[in-house]
Amino acid sequence: MAQLSTRQKLEILADAAKYDASCASSGTAKRNSSDGKGIGSTEGMGICHAYAPDGRCISLLKILLTNSCIFDCHYCINRRSSDVRRARFTAQEVVELTLNFYRRNYIEGLFLSSGIIASSDYTMEQMVEVARSLREDHDFRGYIHLKTIPDADPALLNLAGLYADRLSINVELPTDSGLKRLAPEKDGGRIEGAMGHLRGEIDEKIDAKRKYKSAPRFAPAGQSTQMIVGADAADDRAIIAKASSLYDRHKLRRVYYSAFSPIPSPSAVLPLKRPPLMREHRLYQSDWMIRFYGYDAREIAAATDAATGCLPLDIDPKLAWALNHRAAFPVDVNRAPREALLRVPGLGVKAVDRILMSRRHRRLRLDDVARLTTSIKKLRPFLIAADWRPVALIDRADLRARLAPPAKQLDLFT
Amino acid sequence: MYRVALTAPDDFDGWRAAARRLALASVDPADIVWQVGDQSIDLFGDTPLPAERPGAGFAVPRAFVDLAEKAILHSEPARFALLYALLCRLRGRPGLMEDKADPLLRRVDVLAKAVRRDIHKMRAFVRFREISDDGGERFVAWFEPDHHIVRANAGFFMRRFAAMRWSILTPEISIHWDGEALLEGPGAKRTDAPDGDPVEALWKGYYAAIFNPARLKTGAMLSEMPKKYWRNLPEAALIPDLIAGAQAREAAMIATAPLPEKVPKRQGDVATIWATVRHEAMGCTRCPLHRDATQMIFGEGPLDAPLMIIGEQPGDQEDLAGRPFVGPAGQFLDRALAQAGVDRSRAYVTNAVKHFKFERQGKRRLHQSPDAGEIEACRWWLGQEIDLIRPQIIVALGASAARAMLGKAVTIGRTRGAAIALKDGAEGWVTVHPSYLLRLPDAERQAAEQARFVDDLRMVAERVTAQG
Repeated sequence: MAQLSTRQKLEILADAAKYDASCASSGTAKRNSSDGKGIGSTEGMGICHAYAPDGRCISLLKILLTNSCIFDCHYCINRRSSDVRRARFTAQEVVELTLNFYRRNYIEGLFLSSGIIASSDYTMEQMVEVARSLREDHDFRGYIHLKTIPDADPALLNLAGLYADRLSINVELPTDSGLKRLAPEKDGGRIEGAMGHLRGEIDEKIDAKRKYKSAPRFAPAGQSTQMIVGADAADDRAIIAKASSLYDRHKLRRVYYSAFSPIPSPSAVLPLKRPPLMREHRLYQSDWMIRFYGYDAREIAAATDAATGCLPLDIDPKLAWALNHRAAFPVDVNRAPREALLRVPGLGVKAVDRILMSRRHRRLRLDDVARLTTSIKKLRPFLIAADWRPVALIDRADLRARLAPPAKQLDLFT
Repeated sequence: MYRVALTAPDDFDGWRAAARRLALASVDPADIVWQVGDQSIDLFGDTPLPAERPGAGFAVPRAFVDLAEKAILHSEPARFALLYALLCRLRGRPGLMEDKADPLLRRVDVLAKAVRRDIHKMRAFVRFREISDDGGERFVAWFEPDHHIVRANAGFFMRRFAAMRWSILTPEISIHWDGEALLEGPGAKRTDAPDGDPVEALWKGYYAAIFNPARLKTGAMLSEMPKKYWRNLPEAALIPDLIAGAQAREAAMIATAPLPEKVPKRQGDVATIWATVRHEAMGCTRCPLHRDATQMIFGEGPLDAPLMIIGEQPGDQEDLAGRPFVGPAGQFLDRALAQAGVDRSRAYVTNAVKHFKFERQGKRRLHQSPDAGEIEACRWWLGQEIDLIRPQIIVALGASAARAMLGKAVTIGRTRGAAIALKDGAEGWVTVHPSYLLRLPDAERQAAEQARFVDDLRMVAERVTAQG
C-alpha cells in the first residue's frame, strides 16, 4: 500500500471520529501563556471556531490516533470486520498537527480517541504520550480531551488525568443487553468500574488541591460519556434513567446522546431505520431539565408517552411535563419561587433570574415579562402577571394543539 | 448645548470623565451632543463643559460600569447618549440596575449583548496565516468586526499567543504583537493580509471530513456562523459543495432504496441474529402489556420465507402455548391458506403486537384490540423481523396489522385487493383478520366473506409464485 500523506491520514482519522458528539472545550481551569512561555489559554467559556453544515460545533481537533481496532462493535464504523480504509498517526504527527492548527486559531485544543491496537494498555500509552508531549515538550496550555480505554491499567488513567482537561469513557449503549448484543467484547461492569475509578481520582485531587496549593490538577473539566440512541430497544425513559444514575454515581459533567447514524457497510444486527434526530434533541432537552431546572429523572419519565416510553417529538419535554401537570399552573410571576418559575415552559434560567431581580423593583406586567424573555406567546397560558390572568386557557383541552408547532410532512427517511 | 468630543469610537475613559462632570452639574441628556473626533460642526454655539470639581464625585454600581464598558463599543451612534441617560436615571434610583424590565436598561443590555457576541465571534473566527519576515515567523489575520471591539479584544490574543509574533488587521485599526508589547496602527485593507497558508489545505480537509452528511442541519450552522463571516473563513468555501454532496447522497438513497422486483436477502448469520433479537424481545417492557400477559409471542417460520403474514396479537391460547396462530383464528387461517394454495410451511407468521391484551371477565380473558401506542411500541420488533426475513410479500390481517405494516391507520375496505409498495421494496397486501370472519353472526354473509378472504389469499399466492 502506498504511503498515505498527512492530509489523507487526517481525513481518514477525522472521518472515523465524527460519530463522537462531544466537542466541548469549556469548564476547565483557567490558564494562559502571558508569561511568554508555551502557547495557549483556557478562559472558562469554550469557543466554537467553526460550524459544519451538520450544525455541530468544531472546537477541537477531533481525531483518532488510529482507526484500526481489534474489537468488533457492530455500531462502529471502525470495527474489525468493517472494510474502511485504515490509517495511523504517530504521536509526534498529532502533536505537530495540533500545534499548527492552534497557532492559526483554528481550534481550542485536541480531542484524541483511538481504536484499540495490540492491547488496551499499549493504545492508552500512545494516547498519553501525545498529551505528555504537548504539555511537557511544548508547554501547550490549550484544551486536551482524552477518550480513555476502560480496560487500561489504572496507572495510565491516572497519568492521562494529569495531562488532560477532560477524560471520557463511552457507556455506548443504555442497556446491558444492548451492549452484549452490539459490542460483545465490551463489558458494562468494567466501563462503570473505570468511571468510578476516575471519579475517585478527581475527588481526591480536588481535596488535595484544597490542602496544598501545589498539588497537581486532575482532569479539571471532569469526565463525560456518550450513549448511542436508537441502536437497541431502550426507550427514552430507560435512557434518561441511565443518564441520571451516571450523573449521580460518577459525577459526570456531561452525558452526550448520539442518534444512531447509519454507517457505511453496516453490520447485519443493526436496525436499518435511524431514529429521528429530533429524538436526540429531546433527550438533550431533558438532560438540561435535570441539570439546570431541578427536575428529577422520574419527573421526566412522567412526560414520556405511556405506551412507547419516549418523549413526544412535536413538543419539548418541559412543555409536555407542564401539560401533564396543569394543577401546578398558572404561576404568579410576581410571587412564585425560583423553582416554580423554572418549570414554566418558555422561561429559561437567565429569564428567571432577570424576573427575580426586576420584581424587587416593580410589579411585573405582561409587557415587562415580554422584555425579559424571547417569546411571550408560549408563556401566557402558564403565567399570572399584574395585568394578566389566563383564566380558562390552562384548562383548555386543545392547549397542546395551540402550543405545538404546526405539523410538518413526515420525513421520508426517518 | 454641550458638545463632547471623544478621541475614539471606543473611548470609554473619555466618556466617563465627561459624563461625570455633566452629571454632577445635572445637565439634561437632551442638551449634550456626543461625537467622536473634534471636528466642530458649530450649529448651535457650544457651551463649554462644566468645570471639573476636584474631590466631587458619586458612586455607581459595578454592574453599570461593566455594562457601559461593553455597550460603548457598539456601532450604534446613540450609545453615548443612551448611557448618559441611564447614568442620570441611576443617580435617582440606585436599584435601577436590577430592574431588568426597565426599557432603557433593556435597550443598553441589548447593545452590550451584541458587543459580547461580536467579541466572542472574533475570538472564534480570526484565522492567522503564517508569513516570514526579518524577525522570523509571523502570523497575520484579516478580520471585519461589526463593532469597535478590536482594542478591547487584544488581551485575549495576547494571553493566548504571547510567544508568537502576530498582527490582526481590520478596516478600522490594526494591532501588532511583537512578543513583548502591543502596537496600534491605522486600518488596513484585505489585500494587506497574506492570501494563503499551506496548513489551510489540511484544515479544509479536516473540516470536510468531520462533517457528517447523514445529518444535514444548515439552520443550526447559519445561526452560529452567519454568512457575513464566511468570506474570511477559508473552510467556508467548502460549504456549498458539502451541502450539495449531502443532498446528492440523500437523492442516491431515494434512487437505490426501493427495488421493485426483488428484495435482496440479508447476508450473514440470520439465524443467530434472529435468535438474539427474539431473546431480547422476551424481556420487552416497551409498553405496559407485558405486565399481564403470560409471555411474549415472537413470530415463527423459515427465516428465508418469501411470504410474511402479520396478525393482530396473540389470543388466549397463543398466550399460553407461546406460539402464534394456534387458536381458533389460526386454525381457520391454516384452512384458508390451504384452499388458496399457499404453502403454509414457507410463510413466516407473526403479530403486530406481541403480548396478549385482554380484559378479565370472571374466569375468562376477553380479547381487547391494541391501541395505537402499543402497536407503535411493538413496531420496533416487527421492523427487525421484516428486516431479517426480508420477505417479497407481506400480508397484514386486519386493521392493527395494517397499521403496523404501513405506519399509519388505513381502512381495510379501501386498501384491500391491491398491492402496496413498501419502503424496502417488498409488496404489501391488506385483508381482514380471520377472527372477524369467525365472529360474523349471519351465516350467509360469513360464507361470502370467507370466500372473499380466500380470494385475497389466492391473489397473494400468485404474487409469491410470480416473485419467487
